[in-house]
Amino acid sequence: MTKIVVVTSGKGGVGKTTTSAALATGLALRGFRTTVIDFDVGLRNLDLIMGCERRVVYDLVNVINGDANIRQALIKDKRVDNLFILPASQTRDKDALTQEGVERVLNALRDDMAMDYIICDSPAGIEKGALMAAYYADEAVVVTNPEVSSVRDSDRMLGILASKTRRAEQGGGDIPARLLLTRYSPERVTRGEMLSVDDVREILAIDLLGVIPESQAVLNASNAGSPVILDTESDAGQAYLDAVARFLGDEVPHRFLTAGRKGLLGRLFGGQ
Amino acid sequence: MSIFSYLLPKKQRSAAVAKERLQIIVARERSTRGGPDYLPQLQEELLAVVRKYVPVDPDAVNVQVDRDSGCEILELNITLPENHPS
Repeated sequence: MTKIVVVTSGKGGVGKTTTSAALATGLALRGFRTTVIDFDVGLRNLDLIMGCERRVVYDLVNVINGDANIRQALIKDKRVDNLFILPASQTRDKDALTQEGVERVLNALRDDMAMDYIICDSPAGIEKGALMAAYYADEAVVVTNPEVSSVRDSDRMLGILASKTRRAEQGGGDIPARLLLTRYSPERVTRGEMLSVDDVREILAIDLLGVIPESQAVLNASNAGSPVILDTESDAGQAYLDAVARFLGDEVPHRFLTAGRKGLLGRLFGGQ
Repeated sequence: MSIFSYLLPKKQRSAAVAKERLQIIVARERSTRGGPDYLPQLQEELLAVVRKYVPVDPDAVNVQVDRDSGCEILELNITLPENHPS
């Protein structure tokens, strides 16, 4: 059965696209046929993060409008088997995404392309693109930074998920939503300068999928156009691998939650 | 944490402030969630009317819509100040 997952947040710049790329790549690495769709119509970016920007011929809106079929528009990843990318259109037409059109694309990915997972990379905000990305979802990953505006926007988005999905409209209740806390700095949490993972969980009251530490590997990965989960040496890459395993139901302990220990002298005189 | 910072007067940690502010605003935003779109304006107008007679806080008016076995209940709570001469 095909599962549709929306990666969402409300606030921009918190790591939705990085997470969508990592989650899709991680699922494909585990052998699942996976497509990641960029719903940010007008501001295409997933293609850059996935490193396939020069191979884009057709996009999501082309498929919706019938200018191309799904087979023509899907970009097959060159590094990982079973991984496909459907880029966003760069049209400025806000009405290019229609609910009926999105449903046809998702049905084609399920029925014609036999996908196991469809990852919908939501745009920021709570406008049409974000609502379309979430509407058909079976579950949600809410990406949040340990920072006040991001947490508030995530809570707002959880409220929207509870009422504006197809399942909610049909009386099926909330879709399961899990928290992915990104850009986490255990050192700053220890110093009392950053909301802790427990603080954010307590406020949002949802299950925790994972914690991704603030990491230089993320920028390095986007510079190179290679999902950070493929950088298995890095802390962020490993944290995403853990999150994918948890997503699939494995019991994996959370890592990267505590600061590296300093020596006695460092603790006495280190200040921070 | 350096040994010296234990000796200095401690100002409140910013994360604790952030948590407290978030808890308050999130609770408030959740209370109006899922209700009809006119609720915030209704609340504002009710507040204006009440204030013509009693000096109440902006937080003193609480409007909520509950659904109970097919029937909707509009619930309105106004907390009057204690020292108000009645």
